[in-house]
Amino acid sequence: MNLILIVVGAVLINNFVLVKFLGICPFLGVSKKVETAIGMGAAVIFVMTLASAITYVVQYAILEKFNIAYLQTIAFILVIAALVQFVELVIKKISPSLYQALGVYLPLITTNCAVLGAAIINIQNEYNFIESIVFGAAAAAGFTLAIVLFAAIRERMEYSPIPKALQGFPIALITASLMSIAFMGFSGMI
Amino acid sequence: MFANIVSPIVWLGGMGLIFGGLLAYAAKKFEVAQDPKIIEVRAALPGANCGGCGYAGCDDLAAAVVRGEVKANVCPSMSLERLAVVSDILGTDAGNINRQKAVIMCGGVGEKSKRKFHYQGIRDCREAMIAMQGDKVCEFGCMGYGTCKKACVFDAIQIDHETGRVYVDESKCTGCGACEKVCPKQIIKRVPIDSRVHVFCKSNRKGKEARDVCTAACIGCGLCVKECKFGAIAMVDNLAVIDFEKCVNCGACVKKCPAGAIHLD
Repeated sequence: MNLILIVVGAVLINNFVLVKFLGICPFLGVSKKVETAIGMGAAVIFVMTLASAITYVVQYAILEKFNIAYLQTIAFILVIAALVQFVELVIKKISPSLYQALGVYLPLITTNCAVLGAAIINIQNEYNFIESIVFGAAAAAGFTLAIVLFAAIRERMEYSPIPKALQGFPIALITASLMSIAFMGFSGMI
Repeated sequence: MFANIVSPIVWLGGMGLIFGGLLAYAAKKFEVAQDPKIIEVRAALPGANCGGCGYAGCDDLAAAVVRGEVKANVCPSMSLERLAVVSDILGTDAGNINRQKAVIMCGGVGEKSKRKFHYQGIRDCREAMIAMQGDKVCEFGCMGYGTCKKACVFDAIQIDHETGRVYVDESKCTGCGACEKVCPKQIIKRVPIDSRVHVFCKSNRKGKEARDVCTAACIGCGLCVKECKFGAIAMVDNLAVIDFEKCVNCGACVKKCPAGAIHLD
């Protein structure tokens, strides 16, 4: 039951992008096509789930044990950076087209505050190992949900008559804020 | 105290080492075999990553060149030596260099060209166009507010403040075409870099009409066409147009032009 609450909370109620405003950069950058948005979402899910697991181990097995918890941020960034490098290698091998499409945003997951955010929230909420992994995966799934929905809307907007002053990023930002308002509607569900 | 300093170093350093080792292993394991030609071509390219070729940097261009999509001469900052190297690597002709430069095709500076009114708005040609299509009577006249100068990232466009003439510094111009795109009058054209004779006028007005609004305008008399021994000049809509493939830069037409619209620089 607790795990279900965590999932619903992370995906809908505290959606990382639309409610907590974490990971906005790829949200706006890689959301022009649904296909690349799904790829980006998949990469984030992979990185975030693994990062949640590894940072949990790092936090309790190393940082707290040896009284260096104040190095949490730098240690977590180290973990995430290594993971992203790894994901990049794998994607380059198995899907060059996805690698091309993600472009610069793939290395940018390294400094994506959503991934670091998930790792730190895990610790702050004192989740156990399983809960941490579930929270990481669910938060990334929430990110994927938001970015895919957003990309679908942006794809439709390509064919819509938009006033010249709003074309491109302005209308994208307005759309994002409307989506954000919609997701705010979930607040208070749990 | 000592432990407080050493333990973070040891633990973080250790983590870094472990991750580094794993990544090194993964890099070997998931290594993507890359065409060695791409690496060689990439080394032969200038490596400025300017994007002037239309590809996302030199790596992308090198891949496209090896795939045979384009020739390496699309690179705007290519030299003949580098091109020869690329030809050697691929065993094919990498094409010739077709360097260009921009020319602002208007000689109607200062008092030569009449103005409709005294423009006091924002100093930008595109803004000036909003007010009655610009302050010059001639719709092909350079207004001289320097929109092209702002667009040039190489600082190649200069404004002579005494005469108001806007001109291109050939030594800096790379022929990227940024100025050509922003000029609202569309009087900037790219020409081969070794061309020296240009008609400094884009006006399609007939002789007298052109003369009435600007003393530097091409009046479409056709004397230059007759004078040119190489058949390099043609009259198109009351305007002399030079064919740079035939022009030998002799300058005979420059001397003959009664309006002084053809310049040799």
